[in-house]
Amino acid sequence: MSGSFVAALDAQTVVDAIGLGAVYALMAVGIGLVFGVLRLVNFAYGQIVMAGAYTLAFTSQADWPTWAGIAMCVVVVVALSAAMDRLVFRPLRTQSPAVMLVTTFAVAFLLQNVALLIDVRDDTIGEPAASVASLNRAITVWGVDVRKVTIVAIVVAVVALGLLALLLRRTRIGLQMRAAATDFGTARLLGVRANTVIGVAVLLSALLAAAVAVILTVQNPLVSPDFALKDTIIVLVGVVVGGIDRLWTATLGGFAIGFATGVINGALPTDKTVFLPSVVFLLVIGVLLVRPAGLFARGRSGLVERL
Amino acid sequence: MASDSTETPVLEIDRLSVFYGGVAAVRELSVEVRRGEIVGLIGPNGAGKSTTLHAIMGAVPVHGGDVRVSGRSVRGRAPESIARSGVALVPEGRRIFAELTVEENLRLGLSGRRSRTGSDEAVEEVYALFPVVGEFSQRQAGALSGGQQQQLAIGRALVASPDLLLLDEPSLGLAPRIVDVVFDALGRIRERGITVLLVEQRAQRTVAFADRTYLMANGEVRLTLAPSDADDTDAMVHAYLS
Repeated sequence: MSGSFVAALDAQTVVDAIGLGAVYALMAVGIGLVFGVLRLVNFAYGQIVMAGAYTLAFTSQADWPTWAGIAMCVVVVVALSAAMDRLVFRPLRTQSPAVMLVTTFAVAFLLQNVALLIDVRDDTIGEPAASVASLNRAITVWGVDVRKVTIVAIVVAVVALGLLALLLRRTRIGLQMRAAATDFGTARLLGVRANTVIGVAVLLSALLAAAVAVILTVQNPLVSPDFALKDTIIVLVGVVVGGIDRLWTATLGGFAIGFATGVINGALPTDKTVFLPSVVFLLVIGVLLVRPAGLFARGRSGLVERL
Repeated sequence: MASDSTETPVLEIDRLSVFYGGVAAVRELSVEVRRGEIVGLIGPNGAGKSTTLHAIMGAVPVHGGDVRVSGRSVRGRAPESIARSGVALVPEGRRIFAELTVEENLRLGLSGRRSRTGSDEAVEEVYALFPVVGEFSQRQAGALSGGQQQQLAIGRALVASPDLLLLDEPSLGLAPRIVDVVFDALGRIRERGITVLLVEQRAQRTVAFADRTYLMANGEVRLTLAPSDADDTDAMVHAYLS
């Protein structure tokens, strides 16, 4: 094995890991935005992404142009998120976090089974999304093979996070969202409309889910009912590891676990990649033992004093 | 303060009852505040003063009676809806957003305005009323002292240009010198003709300051005091509560 091959492999691994980290960062922001205003960990976020992926698959099979399929994906994801907020989250808003979390589990399984029913109508599980697959081709940059979708993922993540930061910093609704995430009760007493703030958070979260759906479908064009399920679990862990209380630490946590997954995947010999989750979660346990409030949390705040 | 008694009061609390888990915190309380008046609400801990303010704001459920603002019932409405109908609260403990800047805290108070026009002027007016708030407008609000934060909390309520200002123990936890600053600020609010319901632990100062002060105990009004009673406040309160 020549030295240049090892170097190329390393650069390749790093690029892929950044791409994965970018997607997971987007998912982490989507989960973190809703958590900020609702104190709700939405376990069903992955199923929203899955619904978007099916939309891409079915529109592709119906020979829709790619742009129309992506537009339809956004419409379906936003509509589904809005329905979930209106029918599930809003009636349960005053319930305990445990009740809400269990409810999102139920919604996740419901959506997964609905997807299965729709999927098996043709007697096979899994629907191909051919139209977006062309983005999966690689181009060579400085001797490193970079799939176009990796570039798309990184650009989308940077642009989306930049726009979100601007919205939160510079606009009235952004200020209201930041205040609501710290102390919703006081924010409402000042006249901040709960439904508006939550609605905007759900909408932004849905737009991010649609972007994630497109990127993940390009990477994995065979859509099945458990699409994005594994990714959601890893991202939820990353969000907790980063510190779920703050949007930017949650985002960093999402990126970090995506990047770590990518690097460990590249470092493990091919026949040992089945151990990838074990290694990642071993790292997670180690991090939480040392920094229970989150990897990026300031000081030792939070739940340390539970004993 | 003289006001036309036929005019609709800014605030009518009408036989208001609030329960916490079966225990009455406020019992059939009736209080009126007319335009331009400053009304005090004093009493021991657990008398129901803060609960009354929370019930006005829709932050706790009302079990009996009604609350009317400028003649319209607000019972059952969400806090943000009541805030947007012209009632602003300076909450107990100030509830400043420590991680936001001073200016962002003020701008948050604009959420309660019925119209966005005049927002910048409202912020400038608060800077004029509380120069220290203007001086530190770009600082993190958590870095301000307790007295400065209290001025910010009052300013944050004022930028909404409310018809009615509710203050929940604004002098709580402040050094005596800072309490003077707060009451001085309240005096300047009075000069602007803003209608105020002031909940306070400092009985004598409140009685001296307000047009009329109610002594609450066990969720009921026990006694009404006038500014002329200020010197005898402690004795009167003691006599009625023992």
